[in-house]
Amino acid sequence: MTILKHVLESVENQFETFQILNEDGKIVNKADMPELSDEELKELMRRMVYTRVLDQRSIALNRQGRLGFYAPTAGQEASQLGSHFALEKEDYLLPGYRDVPQLIWQGLPLHQAFLWSRGHFAGGQFPEDVRALFPQIIIGAQYVQAAGVALGIKKRGKQAVAVTWTGDGGTSQGDFYEGMNFAGAYKAPAIFIAQNNGFAISVPREKQSSAKTLAQKAIAAGIEGIQVDGMDVLAVYAATKHARNRAINGEGPTLIETLTYRYGPHTMSGDDPTRYRSDELNSEWEKKDPLIRFRKFLEGKKLWSEEEEAKVIEDAKNDIKEAIKKADQAPKQKVTDLIGFMYEELPVNLQAQMEEYQAKESK
Amino acid sequence: MRELTYLEAVREAMSLEMRKNDDVFLMGEDIGVYGGAFGVTRGMIEEFGPERIRNTPISEAGIAGAAVGSALTGMRPIMELQFSDFITIALDQIVNQAAKLRYMYGGKGKVPMVVRTPSGSGTGAAAQHSQSLEAWVAHIPGLKVVQPSTAYDVKGLLKAAMDDDNPVIFYEHKLLYKTSSEVPEEEYSIPLGKADIKREGTDVTIVASAIMVHKALEAAAELEKEGISVEIVDPRTLVPLDTETIIQSVTKTGRLVVVHEAVKRGGFGGEIASMIAESEAFDYLDAPIKRLGGISAPIPYNPELEKAAVPQVPDIINAVKETLNK
Ligand SMILES: Cc1ncc(C[n+]2csc(CCOP(=O)(O)OP(=O)(O)O)c2C)c(N)n1
Ligand SMILES: [Mg+2]
Repeated sequence: MTILKHVLESVENQFETFQILNEDGKIVNKADMPELSDEELKELMRRMVYTRVLDQRSIALNRQGRLGFYAPTAGQEASQLGSHFALEKEDYLLPGYRDVPQLIWQGLPLHQAFLWSRGHFAGGQFPEDVRALFPQIIIGAQYVQAAGVALGIKKRGKQAVAVTWTGDGGTSQGDFYEGMNFAGAYKAPAIFIAQNNGFAISVPREKQSSAKTLAQKAIAAGIEGIQVDGMDVLAVYAATKHARNRAINGEGPTLIETLTYRYGPHTMSGDDPTRYRSDELNSEWEKKDPLIRFRKFLEGKKLWSEEEEAKVIEDAKNDIKEAIKKADQAPKQKVTDLIGFMYEELPVNLQAQMEEYQAKESK
Repeated sequence: MRELTYLEAVREAMSLEMRKNDDVFLMGEDIGVYGGAFGVTRGMIEEFGPERIRNTPISEAGIAGAAVGSALTGMRPIMELQFSDFITIALDQIVNQAAKLRYMYGGKGKVPMVVRTPSGSGTGAAAQHSQSLEAWVAHIPGLKVVQPSTAYDVKGLLKAAMDDDNPVIFYEHKLLYKTSSEVPEEEYSIPLGKADIKREGTDVTIVASAIMVHKALEAAAELEKEGISVEIVDPRTLVPLDTETIIQSVTKTGRLVVVHEAVKRGGFGGEIASMIAESEAFDYLDAPIKRLGGISAPIPYNPELEKAAVPQVPDIINAVKETLNK
């Protein structure tokens, strides 16, 4: 049955990695260069630098016990922020636990992101104009939800899309396939982004699936799939913009695989990456760093300077300091708060529990 | 005798069995070089290789389905769910398949699989990584449900679970992983369905499971100072439940406090309380039965509130005193 081998190979080999800016900061694909103004290009850089600082500070704050759950983002800036930059305010975001930066750039106040990390309920109370679900912890669940969000958008005739991010490991869940298939069946305006950072905690990408690319998983769902250099912010932006246009035009969902890397541990809850990754692999990826190559590109166009970068770093540090102060001012959570959130109207059975804790708390 | 931690007891029970029986193998997420989220399987891939320590894709439904398929056709899989909360994703295979297949094949099929999984709160792991959902599976005919509280019990009960020809859900409590007790080096089996009296007493019976056994023991030590003698029964397995030992104890003491970490409403404590209410021990009761369990809210991601959400030693002390009208 040589024909079968032929089909798989021909499909897989069509998934070339889409790139615009190479590791040296040179444009290698002029045709697909997105139309971004100088200001927009600078804004992309600003966001990546800011987010890198936020990551470093968040790790430090976590170590000091001033932040709770935290999943490091360094290395993934182009993947996260390039895709987000292609979106509009009316789009809906369904991030995973590592995707807090997208929420922040969508308008989630920093102190609320910190409160979310601390498990404070105020961190989950998103402002009305931030159209987003909060970071998903259960691997894959956001994929099926994205299909539902997209169906709602379609029904209401809105010019918007639902965008969801998961990791390479997340693509092994049934929810991943079901979400793409469901959205695809209705040509719902959804974008599925699989950020392939090479590992799912300790499990390398090759152990997750025999598929050569994750992007090709779109084929079975009958939707478009594309593999992108996830360290190239322009490529990620262009791919997402393309996917958004397709979605808005009623052409259905797209799966985007971004090839990226997380420099840090899986989360700050006790992961030691040396157990499953080599130093060589780390430095191989650090050479592809999204900030370094984009900085080179901008410097070549005389759009970026050391002073500008220093200013962004300074701004980020100040914002973070202020946000932590603000987060510290949030009122202490009480058991009665938690019980109160359970239902719209407190059922009788919880009324008794509420009174019991009100009595305890007023002591 | 040498001491072993609860965690080491899990690993030792599996390793001893795997050395003897080539059909036993393990599937789970990050259980290879990483050694699992809690380190239970550390060193096992080095000894048994990647075909018997299967580091799986992130796919709980897949792991459970593969376990059912392989068990039904002669293997004896152990599957590890990284956190017991993720049983939600595996439940179709466990509830609609594993639990029912022997029955539906007219006794000719069997599903000898063990689902090992860490449960419970207390580690700051928040709402979706801290639940105690054992009552769900205890409700399903065809499954057995084990909740060990000590390293000694772990080793013997896990041996029995692996030997069992029915699907067994084996709950490991995260906070107990580092506790230790004396554990014999050789293999031994503790029959599923045999409760253990963790402390003898005469005034009140506490039926406590998993971590609550230890909280009840602390409470009992306090109460003893006030002259109150508490008997603590650890059922060890919820299904099958050793009703006889519980009934005997309550008949002796005339008072019953049931305590578990799971949400009180719909929790297994209700089953134990009604079992007593239906039994001959009912006539011996000198006070209403008391149940303690988690509040009807998710486990908060906040150390103080997390404690407030589940029964603590003072709550147990108060409950015992209430049954004594003190
Ligand atoms: C349903 C479910 N199974 C398992 C886990 C435990 N878990 C948390 S993160 C993770 C790895 C995810 O890897 P990947 O999807 O590649 O995302 P990354 O962390 O690399 O961004 C696992 C197994 C979980 N949270 N939910
Ligand atoms: Mg990953």
